[in-house]
Amino acid sequence: MGVTAFLTDSTLCIGCKACEVACKEWNGVSEDGLDWSGFSYDNTGAVGHSTWRHVKFVENAPEPGFGGNAAELNSWSFSSDVCKHCENAGCLEACPTGAIVRTEFGGVFVQPDICNGCGYCVVSCPFGVVEKNPDDGRAFKCTFCYDRQKVGLKPACAKACPTESIKFGEIETLRADAQARVEELHQRGMDDANLYDPTETSVGGTHAMFIVRGDARAYNLPPKPEVPTIYLKKAWTSSAIGAALLLGGTLAAFLADRPRRRR
Amino acid sequence: MTASRLQLPVVDREQRLTEIRRQAEERGRVESRGIRPAGAPFPRASVETGYYGIPLLKRPAWTWEIPLYFFVGGAAGASAVVGAIANYTGADRRLVRDARWIAAAGSIISPALLISDLGRPERFYNMLRVFKPQSPMSVGVWTLLGFSGGSVAAAFAGSMRKRYGESLPIRVVENAGEAASLLFGLPFSNYTGVLIGATAIPAWNENAGELPMHFGMSGLAASVGLLELMGHRRSRALQMLGLGAAVFECWEEWKLESRKSSALQPLKHGPSGGIVRAGGFLSGPLPLALRAASILSGGNSAKLRKWAAISAIAGSLLTRIAWVHAGHVSAQDWREPLKVRE
Repeated sequence: MGVTAFLTDSTLCIGCKACEVACKEWNGVSEDGLDWSGFSYDNTGAVGHSTWRHVKFVENAPEPGFGGNAAELNSWSFSSDVCKHCENAGCLEACPTGAIVRTEFGGVFVQPDICNGCGYCVVSCPFGVVEKNPDDGRAFKCTFCYDRQKVGLKPACAKACPTESIKFGEIETLRADAQARVEELHQRGMDDANLYDPTETSVGGTHAMFIVRGDARAYNLPPKPEVPTIYLKKAWTSSAIGAALLLGGTLAAFLADRPRRRR
Repeated sequence: MTASRLQLPVVDREQRLTEIRRQAEERGRVESRGIRPAGAPFPRASVETGYYGIPLLKRPAWTWEIPLYFFVGGAAGASAVVGAIANYTGADRRLVRDARWIAAAGSIISPALLISDLGRPERFYNMLRVFKPQSPMSVGVWTLLGFSGGSVAAAFAGSMRKRYGESLPIRVVENAGEAASLLFGLPFSNYTGVLIGATAIPAWNENAGELPMHFGMSGLAASVGLLELMGHRRSRALQMLGLGAAVFECWEEWKLESRKSSALQPLKHGPSGGIVRAGGFLSGPLPLALRAASILSGGNSAKLRKWAAISAIAGSLLTRIAWVHAGHVSAQDWREPLKVRE
């Protein structure tokens, strides 16, 4: 398989969290305690160093007719979140050790034997995915199951998903599938179904797309994620002006002071 | 409450149970307000409230070493420039020597701070595997390496010359070290502004075009302040530099205050905004006023300059702490990356 991607379809997700469990078991990710958040059935909160798949529970207004909901019950959307594996990845660009690399499958992979835990990727991710593990010292995130893909296997989460809400495959095929699925949902009356795949921003598209209902912002998906390298030109220009001011100012101050001292 | 603990019957509560039973028998239903669980009403996920208000971005993982490094590195970089220019223009030898020592001390403290902040300090040398122009941290590491080598060499050769007298090798090392510390000191004094400017944190990247200049001038103010505290309170060149840096910092503050953007909120409001303003006051208006007063009142000049120096150093340190703290606050605000504003 060439360049691959995830397509996570929230209209098929049943919120079972099998992907979270499968991911943790396959990758040996540490447990992170059990705290009741009070945020619907989401007790995990967000993806992080110990959570590489995370099921979001978005409760919407009662909507009779869909999924056999009783009229007084909230309708639910579940969506399994994951590292977006950006086409222009902020973490990868920022990493000063070269620990973060792009794999032959198009994913973004943190090499654990190189990372020295500088933490610069953490502030460079526009999706807030990669995180430093304070106990271990290094940064961690979804590996896109690089080890499994290497031997031709699906990522653990996609394999464990009982409803095929998490689809895995060749990226262009999945993009076409996603469009077809959104159209199908529209025909079935889910007018608010849409594809989240920020190709129009500097991130340049992702290797993890999401079909969600309604505004993607309710799922903590940013409408305009930007790779931080777009700020480099402005910042280095400012740095050059600052350096010129420092050099010129110092030179001027000491030259102006010279005749007086020599007298 | 443990099940094993013996509970004595409470009359009121027993009566209420009887009442519920009576209502159920008579009317077929029982009306009650129900109970309100702790923490209710629970937040909901929506465009207006975000995903339960859980921050979208991650907070910086940096510890206290990093703002301190921003301060030390800025002061050291500017000191190298001041020392080299003072030397080239034939200024007071003691000034040149002291500026070099500040640069050399900073170039030893800086890597120590950076390495101790790493999650895996023993792997610090992995930074030297690659040079990535698109990563400000990679550029910064190599700049620091060149700066440290140059500054330490210049200071060391300078002290050797004093001890053993003039010789060609010592002169070559001293001059080359000084040139390197000037060359690398220029970007080293302000690259930390690029480092935090080119990130996903809204309060920082909104200021990507200002932070490097701001941090560079703050470093110069700290360098001048340190030299003045080391006794160079008669140097007119330092007075002018300190004045210039204070004016520039006033200008930066004015620009920050006059810009309107929701991403700037952590820099203007709440405790983080208070620290930013306090750092700004100590860096800009206060040393400016003290220096102006010291120029106007010739006699008391040295004492006022001392206070201007202390204010500028404290302001420079506080400014770095304030900006890092504001980044933490900014990362916690889910509204900004979601573009939700009331």
